[in-house]
Amino acid sequence: MKIIVAGDGKVGSTLTRLLTAEGHDLTVIDIDSHVLDRSVERYDVMAVQGNSASMKVLQQAGTEDADLLIAVTNADEVNLLCCMTAHGMNRKLHTIARIRTPEYLEQTYMMRDIFALSLTVNPEKRAALEIERLLRYPGFLKRDTFAKGRAEIVELRVENGSAICDRPLHQLSDLLKCRILVCAAVRNGSSVTPDGNFVLRAGDRIFVTAPTDTIATLLKNLGIVTRPVSRVIIFGGGRISYYLAEKLQKSGIRVQIIEPDRERCVKLASLLPKTDVVCGDARDEALLDSEGIDTCDAVVSCTGLDELNMVLSLYAKEHGVPQIITKVGRIETTSVLGTLPIGSIVCPKDLSCTAIVRYVRAMQNQSGAAVTIHSIAEGQAQALEFHVDGSARHCGEPLKDIKIKANTLICSITHGAETIIPNGDSQFNVGDIVVVVTNGDFAPLQFNDIFA
Amino acid sequence: MNYKMIGRFISQILAVEAVFLLPPTMLALLERDFGALHAFLITLAIALALSAGLRLLCRGAKRGFYALEGLFCVGIGWVAMGLVGCLPFCLSGQIPRFIDAFFEIVSGFTTTGASIVPEVERLTRSILYWRSFSHWIGGMGVLVFLLAIVPAGSSGFTMHLMRAESPGPNVGKLVPKMRQTAKILYFMYVFLTVLDFLFLIAGKMSVFDAICTAFGTAGTGGFGVRNDSIAGYSPYLQNVCTVFMLLFGVNFSCYYLIFLRQLRSVFEDEELRLYFGLVVGSTLLIVWNLRGFYSTLGETVRHAAFQVASIITTTGFATTDFDMWPSLSKTILLCLMLIGACAGSTGGGIKCARALLLFKSLRRNIRRTMQPQKVQVVRINERVIDEQIVDNTNSYLAAYVIIMIVSFILISRDGFSTGTNISAVFACFNNIGPGLEQVGPACNYSMYGDFSKLVLIFDMLAGRLEIFPILALFSRGTWISR
Repeated sequence: MKIIVAGDGKVGSTLTRLLTAEGHDLTVIDIDSHVLDRSVERYDVMAVQGNSASMKVLQQAGTEDADLLIAVTNADEVNLLCCMTAHGMNRKLHTIARIRTPEYLEQTYMMRDIFALSLTVNPEKRAALEIERLLRYPGFLKRDTFAKGRAEIVELRVENGSAICDRPLHQLSDLLKCRILVCAAVRNGSSVTPDGNFVLRAGDRIFVTAPTDTIATLLKNLGIVTRPVSRVIIFGGGRISYYLAEKLQKSGIRVQIIEPDRERCVKLASLLPKTDVVCGDARDEALLDSEGIDTCDAVVSCTGLDELNMVLSLYAKEHGVPQIITKVGRIETTSVLGTLPIGSIVCPKDLSCTAIVRYVRAMQNQSGAAVTIHSIAEGQAQALEFHVDGSARHCGEPLKDIKIKANTLICSITHGAETIIPNGDSQFNVGDIVVVVTNGDFAPLQFNDIFA
Repeated sequence: MNYKMIGRFISQILAVEAVFLLPPTMLALLERDFGALHAFLITLAIALALSAGLRLLCRGAKRGFYALEGLFCVGIGWVAMGLVGCLPFCLSGQIPRFIDAFFEIVSGFTTTGASIVPEVERLTRSILYWRSFSHWIGGMGVLVFLLAIVPAGSSGFTMHLMRAESPGPNVGKLVPKMRQTAKILYFMYVFLTVLDFLFLIAGKMSVFDAICTAFGTAGTGGFGVRNDSIAGYSPYLQNVCTVFMLLFGVNFSCYYLIFLRQLRSVFEDEELRLYFGLVVGSTLLIVWNLRGFYSTLGETVRHAAFQVASIITTTGFATTDFDMWPSLSKTILLCLMLIGACAGSTGGGIKCARALLLFKSLRRNIRRTMQPQKVQVVRINERVIDEQIVDNTNSYLAAYVIIMIVSFILISRDGFSTGTNISAVFACFNNIGPGLEQVGPACNYSMYGDFSKLVLIFDMLAGRLEIFPILALFSRGTWISR
């Protein structure tokens, strides 16, 4: 497909990486020619320098025969104008805009036809939703949902002294009294595809596939306390904090926001009546103690500085906070972050990119193409969801008779409302939803690609 | 420095060269020219063995390919291509000395057309074919060819290769995908070459001559198959050559724009206007200067236009010994040598785009001294040119002048006249071929000593690859791993 990405910032360049890897023809627009130079050197794309909302620039970028425009400049207004202008030039064009100003959210939804928007993405809102989802099931570092919410891949850290520590994988199902599958593991920063004899060590991070309804059992048997979160401290009073606090206070969770800027505090306090907004510097130890960091159920670090977030999370860990969530905005070297005990990492940029890539895949609408792709184990493995249709080979054959490529694993099969973790006798049929995890460079974009 | 990745590219370059060696091998077989056949077969074997060996050595290359790797890869790749490509010449005994053979093939690949062969007609046809074919390979660039056939994934590192190999101050893509861009370029290149060949055939040129001449024209190289270059052919054939030399000197992205029907932007292209303006202007001046030199006005115009086209596109064919022309005409030709063809064409020289940019930035700088407060930018085709590019172009010119002066001093040791030496450096560095006086169109480079030949080989490579890839080979920073 011919795709134009307007705005070559954090999200723009990540999208460029993801979409070129899927083989699309990309043209990138940005006002800054130095940023464009970097993109052209890294990815196989064409660059156009200029204001992305201007018709001349859009023309140069080939809007007339493009299929999709993704407007992710740093200004919402430019994104909207860009989509409207481009759609005026090409009626068949799909448009995606990033809108992050909360005040615009309602009108962009109500007037999406006037603004000619196919999809809007709000990274902060998505991040807030993701954090809220994590808080609902404490104990997991990351949760990815598949098959319309019926199957999950959760990330766990093997703690010293945990029931599963120093155990081989084939004992896990008995130990935990539910059927689960470890589909990937990260040890010392590199990903391995484990087999039944793989012995778990403290510090490993494992990716577990399980039907959604067994998640609670899994947690209980792992010995992870599933006491519901009742008090959360949020560092930083940005947009994510606002969305998150709004969401949490609705479900009756007590929220404390610590934000240094007084004006922002006043604004937050007026917007969030049930939330405690504390004006102060989160680096101040006495302040944290007085706010009761020792006894809170969860800490969310989402100030604007990645480094500060990491330090604050480490501090919370030291004070025994059971659940910690760290927002990371810019840092690309996440493999280092995985080794730090800073809890779950939420990256708004990656979340919005995943949403956009999913839209692109849906647009292509190829039979047998992966519906969603989640990257797990620091991007060294991928979890893909396929809807089995008539073109799929090996339908109805037991899995043990099918030859599947190396480093590829069928993790779950959802048939109707029921999700199973497959064994050698399982089979998939037309209409089922299959989740596949692959490890390494090869990315199967078609379901039939996974067979050897 | 990612040596393994570079090794892989060199291995692929050699494999491509082996494929390109097949046609002359077949020709040698058909002609029962066993000396040449033997030489070609050995070369093929060596190329394939080296390619396979490198491939084995460079298994498991890591990712990571940046500007330095791109420059290095192109520099080393072209030298390797020359070292292997010269083997048929010396193994067949037709150019017995290695340094001469190396000079000849580098002159071929860099589309220079400077020869050390006194009697071209004594070479056998398969060798002649390889000599001319090397122009065609070098014209668009072997790495661009590689990019068109080898899937390189979604990474942008191919841009470093394209930038290092393609001529011009501001290399860009035609379409988002590099592979597609390379394919479009080669498609246009092949199309124009075939068109040229058909026009030559229509003028009753023999098939072999037409193929070789088309290769020489397409790459703007200039190796002929006759001692007198193009002079012996009919006026029609000379005119066909004039037109096609000019066409191959045009930026290939203009043809793509014509294909996209954006004729307006082609007509308004400042570089193209300068290029054709220079051609017409210099032809008229030379015609005026040559009054009475030839019998008819038509003949004068034909010779003047041919020589101007041949020199400005840096081809180096000749229909007449322009060394006999009056000195104004010779000086005009010498200036055209410097300017060269358009960026993004197969021609050499400084390039019209750079000349334009240099002129505009010079004018801007002069105005700035007069009105220091006034903010001024350099524009070409209504677009503001980034100061970085202006800067790069200025330093390119500086490097260009320095290399030229140093080469001139180095080859002056051999004791030939100043005019000979200057024009030899001009002709090699700008990839033209024939110069003036003792290296004029009627003479050749065989009289220079081995050291001077090496200097000229360096000049040819530096000229074709626009200096920096070749300089990178001589920089200490390139060789210490980072």
